[in-house]
Amino acid sequence: MTDPAWISSALNAARPQAMGALLRYFRDLDTAEEAFQDACLRALKNWPQNGPPRDPAAWLIFVGRNSGIDAVRKRSRQTAMPDEDQISDLEDVEGDIADRLDGAHYRDDILRLLFVCCHPDLPATQQIALALRIVSGLSVKQIARAFLVGESAMEQRITRAKARIANAGVPFETPGPVERSERLAAVAAMLYLVFNEGYSTTTGEAAARAPLCDEAIRLARLLLRLFQTEPEIMGLTALMLLQHARVPARFDADGEIVLLEDQDRRLWSRKMIDEGLALVDKALRHRKPGPYQVQAAIAALHARAARAEDTDGQEIELLYGMLERMQPSPVVTLNRAVAVAKVRGPEAALVLIEPLEDRLSGYFHFFGLKGGLLMQLGRSQEARTAFDQAIALANTTAEAAHIRQHIDRLTKEADAHRVRHSAVPH
Amino acid sequence: MLYAILCYASEDVVSSWTKEQDDAVMGKLAAVQEKYAKAGKLGPVARLLPTTAATTLRRVKGESLVIDGPFAETKEQFLGFYTVDCADLEEAVQFARELSDVNPSGGSYEIRPVGVLNPVKATI
Repeated sequence: MTDPAWISSALNAARPQAMGALLRYFRDLDTAEEAFQDACLRALKNWPQNGPPRDPAAWLIFVGRNSGIDAVRKRSRQTAMPDEDQISDLEDVEGDIADRLDGAHYRDDILRLLFVCCHPDLPATQQIALALRIVSGLSVKQIARAFLVGESAMEQRITRAKARIANAGVPFETPGPVERSERLAAVAAMLYLVFNEGYSTTTGEAAARAPLCDEAIRLARLLLRLFQTEPEIMGLTALMLLQHARVPARFDADGEIVLLEDQDRRLWSRKMIDEGLALVDKALRHRKPGPYQVQAAIAALHARAARAEDTDGQEIELLYGMLERMQPSPVVTLNRAVAVAKVRGPEAALVLIEPLEDRLSGYFHFFGLKGGLLMQLGRSQEARTAFDQAIALANTTAEAAHIRQHIDRLTKEADAHRVRHSAVPH
Repeated sequence: MLYAILCYASEDVVSSWTKEQDDAVMGKLAAVQEKYAKAGKLGPVARLLPTTAATTLRRVKGESLVIDGPFAETKEQFLGFYTVDCADLEEAVQFARELSDVNPSGGSYEIRPVGVLNPVKATI
């Protein structure tokens, strides 16, 4: 554990707890961050010599708190920093601090740390960037790479987000049960944003963005360890695991999108699927369904099917219907239509999505699905129009390329049709 | 004498390892296991899924109670374990319940999915 790479993963692991406690103590994000950075620097110097502490988080909180107090004092009275040796030996105090960091206390610390990143005034992209910087400790450079923007632009985005939070004030009182569950819901939504930011990607970007998915899953597991009986947090963690399990099969060698039904299921991560399914099982026992659980249950049905044709389409349609009632949205209806098309045919699905066109007129997947359904019904001309609209709305080159394949097929079929008919004399 | 070697570590730290770090550790551990496997001394080896996937069956006033999360009491000690192939959590809970019903100790059973199971490499 004296190797810098291992020390750095131990520091990462302790970060949410240590930052959460330092934020509670200093009530200021920048001071807490500086104190944590300082503690990490001391850890890198101290741990290789003295061996890693038994409880790294407690060590970092203790050292960070002292260093933060010094910094505050220095700013106000210009007194000298104490000697490094005074805080280098922590064996005796460590246990004491660990005792005081009882479960409930640090649970709220971590929740608060995550919650400050979810301020409603912050646009989604700023929430994600802030969480990755503050909670996960990713460097600005890493975050900029994941968002495909320049480093200075990302630096600015994070600075602006921090300024907004500082002005809004961080809620430091211990939350009551209602507030706690509200915070938990906001944090869950933010984690899913982080996940989706990493998940909606193309092959070229996948390597840069994958850490976002891993990080979202790591934080969701952490949250679940703190709130072990929350079925929606189980559902969220399961949903992310079951989706992330498919990553190795989502693109082919040319970087083209491979649809769920065409994916090579042997490439799916068995380990993530097992963990996801175990969590779905646990959540369902509570009989308190929520949107994440329902989406996880849908993902679980896909994961459980050995072949695409074994998927329980009827159950998926039912679950989407349930999700629609919980969270009515045209996108959910669109997803239900995909299941309807499989179970009851393209005609029924088309009837279901037609009323959505006004609200989804800017949505790539609407026209992709519409074109696909029309193509199945042999309405080639209309299918082509829908596909053209889809291409105009594609978010990535892979999406556009996928639709172009359909158009090529339509063109080939039309040509074949012409040849056939001209060859046969009437 | 047959020994069970139980592994304890910080889940926060282990789950913060990158895939490369995790693979490196597993590789080194596999090399150690290999030596004992070749000597015909090694039984099944399992890596468990995270504690977040765990469920615990506890005996409260004669009733078995299913609660979320791993076993966390310090007043009781780790005394033994089973591995069982079940279709779902419901079936695993049922097995634990049956064990608990006939076990007068009033102890608990942690139900924890197994991530990796290496087959038996010795006749034990």
